[in-house]
Amino acid sequence: MRLNLHQFNLLNLAVLLVLTTHFGHLPLWMDAAGLAIVGARWLQRRYRPQWGATPVWIRLPLTLGLPVAVIAQYGTLLGLEPGSVLAIGMLILKLSESEKVRDARAALTFAGFVLMAALLFERNLINAAHVALAVVPLFVCMRALEPRPTDAVGGGPDLWHSTRSTVLGLTAAIPLTLVVFVFMPRLAQPLWGAPSNEEARTGVSDTMAPGQFAELMVDDSPAFRVQFASGQPPLPAQRYWRGLVLNRFDGLTWTRTESASARLEDGDLKLLSAPIEYELTLEPTQQRWLFPLDVPTRAPERFARNADLTLVGFRPLSAVQRFSLSSVLEYRLEGLTPMRRQAALNMPYGFNPRLQELGAQWRQQYGGDAQRIVQAALKLYHDEFSYTLTPPVLGRDGMDDFLFETRAGYCEHFSSSFANLMRAAGVPARVVVGYQGGYWNADGSYLLIRQSDAHAWNEVWLDGRWQRIDPTAAVRPERVALGSRAANSGETRWYRAQWLLDLRNRWDLANQMWNEVIVQFDTLRQQGLLRNFGVERANWNQLALAFGIASSILMLLGLYWALRRERQQSDTLDQAYHHLCRRLAAAGVARAAQEGPISYLRRVCQHLPQAAAELEGLFADYVRLRYALPEPDAAGSREFSRAVRRFKPAGNHS
Amino acid sequence: MEQAERRLPALTRLRRGESLPIVLNRRRIYVLPTLFGLVFGGMLLVMALGALNYNNNPALLLTSLIAAIAVLSMLVGFRNLDGLALRSVRAVPVHAGEPMQVELTFDAASRWRESLRIEARPAATLLRGRSDEALKARIEVATTRRGYLALPRIRVWTSWPYGLFRCWSWLNPQTQLLVFARAEAQAPPLPLRTRASDSGRPQAQGEEFGALREYRVNDPLRLIAWKASARHDRLLVREPEMPLGHELVLDFDGLGALDLETRVSRLTRWVLMAEESRLRYSLHLPQVQIGPDLGSAHAYRCLRELALL
Repeated sequence: MRLNLHQFNLLNLAVLLVLTTHFGHLPLWMDAAGLAIVGARWLQRRYRPQWGATPVWIRLPLTLGLPVAVIAQYGTLLGLEPGSVLAIGMLILKLSESEKVRDARAALTFAGFVLMAALLFERNLINAAHVALAVVPLFVCMRALEPRPTDAVGGGPDLWHSTRSTVLGLTAAIPLTLVVFVFMPRLAQPLWGAPSNEEARTGVSDTMAPGQFAELMVDDSPAFRVQFASGQPPLPAQRYWRGLVLNRFDGLTWTRTESASARLEDGDLKLLSAPIEYELTLEPTQQRWLFPLDVPTRAPERFARNADLTLVGFRPLSAVQRFSLSSVLEYRLEGLTPMRRQAALNMPYGFNPRLQELGAQWRQQYGGDAQRIVQAALKLYHDEFSYTLTPPVLGRDGMDDFLFETRAGYCEHFSSSFANLMRAAGVPARVVVGYQGGYWNADGSYLLIRQSDAHAWNEVWLDGRWQRIDPTAAVRPERVALGSRAANSGETRWYRAQWLLDLRNRWDLANQMWNEVIVQFDTLRQQGLLRNFGVERANWNQLALAFGIASSILMLLGLYWALRRERQQSDTLDQAYHHLCRRLAAAGVARAAQEGPISYLRRVCQHLPQAAAELEGLFADYVRLRYALPEPDAAGSREFSRAVRRFKPAGNHS
Repeated sequence: MEQAERRLPALTRLRRGESLPIVLNRRRIYVLPTLFGLVFGGMLLVMALGALNYNNNPALLLTSLIAAIAVLSMLVGFRNLDGLALRSVRAVPVHAGEPMQVELTFDAASRWRESLRIEARPAATLLRGRSDEALKARIEVATTRRGYLALPRIRVWTSWPYGLFRCWSWLNPQTQLLVFARAEAQAPPLPLRTRASDSGRPQAQGEEFGALREYRVNDPLRLIAWKASARHDRLLVREPEMPLGHELVLDFDGLGALDLETRVSRLTRWVLMAEESRLRYSLHLPQVQIGPDLGSAHAYRCLRELALL
């Protein structure tokens, strides 16, 4: 059966919406080509329906060209991204040849798969909502494909009804959906392919060079969220989230050294305050390390705590994950072996001569008093430097340029130059990268750390222990006290305005709940599902039983709904006649079950002679309406019903 | 399907007719996925595998949602048939060999019915709505022989709402749909004859006529009422009054030389011809004698007796 225009339009809409869910990650040419083909096909079907399906000489080159283009773009046909481009392309080509109901059904089936693929790229709330929206036209179109008695094209109110029924059906399906979702056994190991690393955010990486954070500083997407066991966050100035410690500088970039992964020796760390317990939910970073608050007291499972007190795991973090951590804010970190001391003083040869000179001069001037050298450096920063997110470009001897020429930059510039200065002056120093600050969401009582909170600071060997020095704070104390936004306030763009940010913080709460409830649901929580029923760690049999019970209850509800019959409403005429009979019965003449209207009338007239004339009229009307025609005429029935209501059997006294 | 029907007559209700009204209920509504439903289910499996493989909960949620909608659509489809009642089966009698228009009236039981398909092989039709008027299915059934027509089994089915499941039910209503005998194509003229017992000459034609009617080809010119025609601007003809004493008797036994079917067929034609030319006639059959009379009720009685002979 050929699709009519209404059906085709719905199919077109469904495919278009599916296409838009993939917009975010498709290459630009695919977005453009997809829109162009869908649009062209729609125009053709509307104005030149007699042309039928797109001819083979157009479709064949497109079909062959698609894999070629994908290979040209990605170098392969396999993998998530090439696969999704291929799938979208195939869906659109299917639309271009869809002329029959069969084609449309095939396209809709495939569209469901393509929708699912969209969620493999972005699993956040907004994308999920987008996909859920795209499900509706899919089913509306399926409804439209069911045949209609007339050839009349159902648009307008019909389409509205259809959409409403679909949305109702979708809503009714939610309980069953949740039961299936919750009890579906998860795979311990992927069957094929590794989780992609394509959704990596540009988070804090394991290298640092001045200028590298520039993109990060304006990225407001969440990096991680923290909930504290006490319910209260630490003071803003204490919110240092240590990622990695970078030890080696090659003149341009800071990197980790191998010795950094050495284990912490007993006794090197002394805790001086009570530990703070918290849960940290990290967005996927595709990196291996965590960002604990200051100094962690233990490492979570499958993570190691290194000598520099960073937490490094064995596998990249490819999914949103939640960690239970504990940290202290007061501590004493020692353990500077000669080898580590050497590493913390090492400088590349032949770079930044003026910096070297200044360091040597300070060393002589202060006679190796590390405390005074640090003070001198911080004073220099405070007096002479300015904070900006758009610093001038630096040359080969970048630190020299920064220290003596441009004197404007942000945390990377300050921490890098500060560590270099310290090393030049003979004080062991290193760079720490991570995040600083965070927004306290009081509604959800959690701390939200955005990518723009990325920060770099230093640790300096002072008084026989590592101490944190943040040169950025010397330049712009607000950065640490109030967060990155306050520090950058001079350059706020309109789209980062405060009210907008408030809105986004609210939105983030919703996102957080979505993440917590749906995205992070895993086998562990599945096993904990039956905790309320006294099963601490449910095994598969118990879960299957629970699934059976839950789904049976839902199906029983559904069956009850399906089998329930509406009360059969008899027609107006019969209702009115029964009403009349009841009133006459009240007046003393009940109708016998086998009695027809005419013999009944005869009996009634004997009992109620005073109403005989009126009754004869009524009964004549009834007999005419009931028996003269196959169906009583509606207006006559209503008139009869009114007449019955007006009628008063005056012979109540009889 | 055919084989399944033979094997499991209970499943398909291949049995004696039921009296009307036939109400569809859960004991006689069957549900199976369509081919499209199976393919769709396969796609859902693939989706679930993909979502599980990438350990992607939102994708799994989407898959579950689509699956749940699909499963619940089975109930919607069932509800679309449940409670539906076949209330009446009517048809205007036709002669054997002519297609019969059978009108099936369904009672929606005050529920909106969507996309109902009524099939009596090879005829099929579609219904939609709530009112009786909307739920009147007109199907065409071929007739081959006179007598009561055995209505083919009727299948009521729907794949509403999404085409994933097919719900169906078989109807085998007990009906009395009369098929008249085939009218002989080249029948000899009516056997007009004068009864001996009658005296007197026929009344003069043209003096007394019952009515005027439109001119038909082959009407004798002398019957044309010229004055009346001039008044009404079209040709009118006097209806000839049946001359007294001339009685048309259509006698079954009078056709003794022919076989049964030919006789029935010829008599059927003659009844029609007599009605056509408005001649009073009587029909003499072995068991019954009808008439003499004229008119549609009389013709119906005659044709009915002939059909059931």
